[in-house]
Amino acid sequence: MTAPAIRMQGLKKNFGVSEIIRGVDLDIHRGERHAIIGPNGAGKSTLFHLISARLPVTSGIIELKGENVIGLKPFEINRKGLSRSFQITNIFHNLSVFENLRCAVLWSLGYRYSFWHRLAGLKDARLRADAVMEDIGLTSRRDTPAGILSYAEQRALEIGITIASGADVILLDEPTAGMSRSETDDAVALIRRVTEGKTLVMVEHDMGVVFGLADRVSVLVYGQIIATDAPAAIRCNAAVQEAYLGTGTHAGHGHE
Amino acid sequence: MSFVFSRGRLLLWGACLALAVALPLVLKSGFMLSLLCQIGIMVVFALSYNMLLGQTGLLSFGHAVYYGMGAFITMHTLNMIGKDGSPLVVALLPLVGGLAGLLAGVVLGWVTTKKAGTTFAMISLGIGELVAACALMFPGFFGGEGGISGNRVVGKGSLLGFTWGPQVEMYGLIVAWAFVATIAMFALTQTPLGRMANAVRDNPERAEFVGYDTQRVRYLMLILSGFFAGIAGGLTALNYEIVTAETLNAHTSGVVLLMTFVGGIGFFYGPIIGAILVSVMQIVIGGMTHAWLLYFGLFFLFMVLMAPGGIASVIAMQRNLWQAGLFGRMVPHYLAATVPILVLMAGLVGLIEMSYALLAGEGVGAGDTATRVMGMQLQLASMEPWAIALATTAAGVLLTRWIGGRTGVAWNSALSTLHGDKS
Repeated sequence: MTAPAIRMQGLKKNFGVSEIIRGVDLDIHRGERHAIIGPNGAGKSTLFHLISARLPVTSGIIELKGENVIGLKPFEINRKGLSRSFQITNIFHNLSVFENLRCAVLWSLGYRYSFWHRLAGLKDARLRADAVMEDIGLTSRRDTPAGILSYAEQRALEIGITIASGADVILLDEPTAGMSRSETDDAVALIRRVTEGKTLVMVEHDMGVVFGLADRVSVLVYGQIIATDAPAAIRCNAAVQEAYLGTGTHAGHGHE
Repeated sequence: MSFVFSRGRLLLWGACLALAVALPLVLKSGFMLSLLCQIGIMVVFALSYNMLLGQTGLLSFGHAVYYGMGAFITMHTLNMIGKDGSPLVVALLPLVGGLAGLLAGVVLGWVTTKKAGTTFAMISLGIGELVAACALMFPGFFGGEGGISGNRVVGKGSLLGFTWGPQVEMYGLIVAWAFVATIAMFALTQTPLGRMANAVRDNPERAEFVGYDTQRVRYLMLILSGFFAGIAGGLTALNYEIVTAETLNAHTSGVVLLMTFVGGIGFFYGPIIGAILVSVMQIVIGGMTHAWLLYFGLFFLFMVLMAPGGIASVIAMQRNLWQAGLFGRMVPHYLAATVPILVLMAGLVGLIEMSYALLAGEGVGAGDTATRVMGMQLQLASMEPWAIALATTAAGVLLTRWIGGRTGVAWNSALSTLHGDKS
């Protein structure tokens, strides 16, 4: 039996005396699309930061494909095949769209810190960057500096950078935040397309996106997972409704 | 290394090389030749600095350390080979300087590049001061206040007729090294490491999440930058045949920062322009007036306020206007704007020179009653020259505001047309 894509056990994170993540146990299966939902301040983004080593873990276990990754640096985890996006757009602002994507593929193609290869001669890097650019629909913006793209374009580029390296575990932190309805639909289609055959974990507020994309949903409340189940079951889970909205109402989309 | 170039670029670089070779044929004076030598060395030094500042986003206050170490090691090597050497060995000595700079980068960079941003700037300042202090503490190696000197003419033979004795031969050697180093530094910008340095500059966090150790990228860039700074140091040792502790102190670090910044850190060729301009100011204006640092300071302030992207950014802007067919309509405004600026400068220069002559004291001629400014003999005791200088300055200010305002309006309208055309 293969190890889960991500396994968390007894995961805790304190900021000073305040406990943000208070003992998370969760297995993300390989190849599933897993959404993490929960009220504001529940610790969803913090959980992502722990998995991707942006923040150090206070205690507990994180395994990536069966391998302990506690104490590794972000770039080391990335090299093990985990890639993430950010809630606040995190791109290379002064570089063109194409350069952003090429930077994202260089390591995985083995060019490391080379100063003896000529970038323009790296056909594999160019083809891969062009393919991702096509995927995210930014081919017409190839040479535009990323900093002056529209918001939705920057979000698409953010996803492009995240998937470009070919990582098989993808973490997306609120990929559709701040988007209009039609932009969100495009983003969902994009995410579905580019994460085909990969493990996807995403934090998402938009319930339409969650129920449309996810195979399973985990609900994080005050730093603990209170339920993990298929979307339909989560929708009917009384504890979730109670904790999530403080009322018995349905967790409809557009929640803030 | 021709693979680096497109045809247009090849032409441009060829033209630059031809110009560099042809200049001493036209400007035959010894003064011009030594100015050209200094420019060649500073071009390499400033470009190496911009590998840190412009390309990797590292503001260093201690870059002279690598330059200075290159110079000292080169000088010691020169003295060591002494009579056994040959002109060929001397011609290759800047490489020794480069390796010394590289080694200094390997050792010191390990400490400085642990962090980026302000921390890096502060540590580079500290290391710079540390090395400068060492230079005075270990006179055996650094030669104390007097520095160490040598003779670049070694052995009896020559390399294809070159002994490096005459200054013009030294100039040839500098041009050759500067050209090779410049090509190598440009090529570096087109490699995975060079591009990831840009990525680390723009967003170090994201660089880590695409698999890159930002610390390693900074470290490698600093080592390579130290290598090229060391080459510049080696050239300066051969050129002046003396190396003093000033080569690696904070003043030298400051000058290379200013050159690079004034030239424009956002463009590869920016530091080249900066190196040429500052060297010319240093030597030409420095030869005319003792107050040259003051003028340089004013010029630097002006650049930071008016064109923070440096001269290269101004040139790039004009090129954009040219391509959009808008340059022509700006020309009359540029010409009109030079008039008030010249008036303002004339007034200011008069005031500064007279004040300087009156107040500066010894060396300049304490208690001078007269000074020469732009060929005019001015009596400091009388009111007349002061009144004229003040009036000229005031007129310059008023004219600048008036015509400068109109130029600004024209500039903004040209820019909005430009951007309107684009979208």
